[in-house]
Amino acid sequence: MSERRITLAVNGQRHDITVPVRRSLADALRQDCGLTGTHLGCEHGVCGACTVLVDGRSARACLMLAVQAENLAITTVEGLAPDAAMLHPLQQAFANNHALQCGFCTPGMLTTLVELLAENPSPSAAEVRVAISGNLCRCTGYETIVAATLEAAAVMRGEAA
Amino acid sequence: MSVFGQSVMRLEDAPLLRGEGAFAADIDFPRQIHMRVVRAEMAHARLVSVDVTPALDLPGVIAAWSAADVAEVPPIPFRATKVRGLEPYCQPILAQGRVRYVGEPVAVIFAEDAAVAEDAADLVLVELEELPALLDAAAEPTDFDATRNTEPTIVRKSYGELDAAFRDAHVVVALDLAIGRHSGVPMETRGAIARYDAAQDVLELHGTAKKQHWNRDEIARLLGRAPSSVHLFEGHVGGGFGVRGELYPEDLLVCLAALRLRRPVKWIEDRREHLVATNHSREQRHRIRAAVDAEGRILAIDNVFFHDQGAYIRTHGARVADMSAGLLLGPYRVPAYRATGHFRLTNKTPAATYRSPGRFEGSFVRERLMDAIAARCGLDRVEVRRRNFVDVSEMPYARPLDALGTDVVLDSGDYALLLDKALARFGWDARVADVARRRAAGESVGLGLGVFVEKSGLGPSDGVRMTVDATGAVELVTGAASVGQGVETALAQIAAAALGVDYRRVRVVRGRTDRIEFGSGAHASRVTVMSGSATHQAGLALAALAKQTAAALLQTPEDALEIVDGVVRRVDTPEGASVTLGEVARALAPGTKLSRDRATPGLTVESWFHSDHMAYPYGVHLAQVALDRGTGQVKVEHYLVGYDVGRAVNPMLVEGQIAGGFAQGLGGALYEEFRYDERGQPLSTTFADYLMPTIAEMPPLDILVTEDAPSPLNPIGVKGAGEGGTNAVGAAIASAVDDALGGRGQVTQLPIMPRDVLRFLAEGAA
Repeated sequence: MSERRITLAVNGQRHDITVPVRRSLADALRQDCGLTGTHLGCEHGVCGACTVLVDGRSARACLMLAVQAENLAITTVEGLAPDAAMLHPLQQAFANNHALQCGFCTPGMLTTLVELLAENPSPSAAEVRVAISGNLCRCTGYETIVAATLEAAAVMRGEAA
Repeated sequence: MSVFGQSVMRLEDAPLLRGEGAFAADIDFPRQIHMRVVRAEMAHARLVSVDVTPALDLPGVIAAWSAADVAEVPPIPFRATKVRGLEPYCQPILAQGRVRYVGEPVAVIFAEDAAVAEDAADLVLVELEELPALLDAAAEPTDFDATRNTEPTIVRKSYGELDAAFRDAHVVVALDLAIGRHSGVPMETRGAIARYDAAQDVLELHGTAKKQHWNRDEIARLLGRAPSSVHLFEGHVGGGFGVRGELYPEDLLVCLAALRLRRPVKWIEDRREHLVATNHSREQRHRIRAAVDAEGRILAIDNVFFHDQGAYIRTHGARVADMSAGLLLGPYRVPAYRATGHFRLTNKTPAATYRSPGRFEGSFVRERLMDAIAARCGLDRVEVRRRNFVDVSEMPYARPLDALGTDVVLDSGDYALLLDKALARFGWDARVADVARRRAAGESVGLGLGVFVEKSGLGPSDGVRMTVDATGAVELVTGAASVGQGVETALAQIAAAALGVDYRRVRVVRGRTDRIEFGSGAHASRVTVMSGSATHQAGLALAALAKQTAAALLQTPEDALEIVDGVVRRVDTPEGASVTLGEVARALAPGTKLSRDRATPGLTVESWFHSDHMAYPYGVHLAQVALDRGTGQVKVEHYLVGYDVGRAVNPMLVEGQIAGGFAQGLGGALYEEFRYDERGQPLSTTFADYLMPTIAEMPPLDILVTEDAPSPLNPIGVKGAGEGGTNAVGAAIASAVDDALGGRGQVTQLPIMPRDVLRFLAEGAA
């Protein structure tokens, strides 16, 4: 199996890794970079659990090869919180609103919604719904995720939650 | 204010939000190897030969086994019920002689790398001779083997004078109803990582869920080890819903390999495998009849049904059929009843429990029947239900039936009251008028309802050990498990309220066989009732011990003391002398004067809660739907779940359970189905084919949690909250769609697909 030495920039950190050319970005993040927060729910691009940001755009890490990600800036769920004490406002809003239960889909929800809030700091509920329409959650029924996103947007705009 | 009953934030969330969870695939051990399963590609065939040698030639492959290599391991067992004679139908860990469903494990590969194992699996030569596939459980049984047919048992339950009731009935209403095959399908697939620690002679299994202690005991038995030399560990679990954490062939295979190959063995299921290998559920056909008097009162119900168990009996035995027979009657008074449940095998993936097992099915059947009775008797659908409710004055209400080996005694409930509250909250009367107006304008809109009784708190026993350490931190060790629903928070709240500490000071240890000798895991809406009651008792006992000890330290009578926020102090002078729980714990350390008066040192207690009966929560589902006459799409315009849980430990978590449960019920009502072609090839093997609700399918959902009927069976009055959101979704949606079609009783199957709606509309126009 042919391998290639590549450099991934993940959450502002450089990872020099050697991967088989067929390895997906998700597997490389999990196995070669040690970042297991990116979850694999279907490995065929439907469920959205593995969503990461590639140069700020959401992408399915299961549908992208690791070698394709060279020289691109990747953000995973591990890169969202500013430090060990603080959560990202969206993460905090997820906790406040019970927007997660088992937590398996949560990383993909968070990355998808971070992208939305970067593009649209004042989304409507309907816009939030469209943003996560490609992310499956089997626990929550979704509505608390919408509420959390609207709360986070308000906090990020500097308004009181 | 007590933290019991408060919607406090979860203790579980921080690592899950940061990507620091420990799901099965996140667990790695040094020197681990990877397992890949070779699965049957025919639904029913004679297994002529399996040749693994081409796989062994691939560099990186360590071992490859077929049935002959694991012949000494007995089939996967089932948890005991009253039903006998099921053993011959259990699944071997690798197919022997025949394959019986697409996806059945035939061989396994072990390799240095997961991708290499997958490559090698493609090289295994499996020779099959195809046999006719049996796909309809209501068809005549065929041969299972030389001496047995495909009907392992018939589940029979009955009471009352059934024949007389049907003879004397004013009308007899008969329906033929079917529920489609679907299942839990958690977002995390299964996984199992086994390692043998030769230094300690301990076999460990990681990535487990739901039933660690039973699984530990059975793994030990099947592999010929002492249970104390096998330990199961639970990290994070990405959804359970009944299917995750049962004992499957793959669990045994990784354990056996870890023992034989002396290296950690990791197996992670992929999604296609999950959809054909993890338990399916629900598929059942009912031929049901009701004898009814002139006022619409039920005199008798005759429930004949065909349960499609799939290819083998798994760990639940005949439990789903048992519950479908024993719990069908729900909230209604039924003087005579007979259930005849044909428990049958087919050439599909084996089935077992899925959230509200037997009750999602039963509620659909019973509530379709109630609608039909209303139509036949010319009664309003709400009124016919009111007339048949068991009244609050009759509680506790013993039915001459059993389910899961316990007598069905409805412990408490005011069904009529909840129905009134739900109708008022939903605005039923106003919606009736609005629907009439829209229909007159040409729309196909309708209202539906489903009333049900759930069950929860299955006994017999649960225990916890609760300890305060020298820093005042509390550890609660429980034999319960977590499948992501918030067990740690709920138990911490109960513990904190009983002891008098901040719930964030309580660390809940669950899902580990090495920390507590017995446990029943997490299933059947049992944890909050059973483990919660044990926790409450333990908290009270620990508080008493702390006060007794502090009384000596403070030279104060025990009954003058209280514990607030981890501090033992005088009730009358809270600012006066006090001791912290940490100081009390230090005063009870081994060797101290005070500890010598006790059987064991430390500020610690163990408490057990026992229960012979289940607690029965109950609910009402109300739906408003509109049909698209062009596409046949069902749009749910508004939905309400009313659910009485006795007492809610954390209302936010209860509502979360209901909302998520509702979404799953909606899937089973309108979208999700495991379909097969005529040779038994599964057609629903990706998420593009097996359609689970996304946010786009979610209607406005209103949740009404009531606490009108605390359970008298436990000290905290709770009933399980996990399954009521799912229970009657199929029932209420079917009722509403049928109403939108004109109330002719056309809706007799779930899921209700667009093509069905178009057919119904055409029939109605004809």
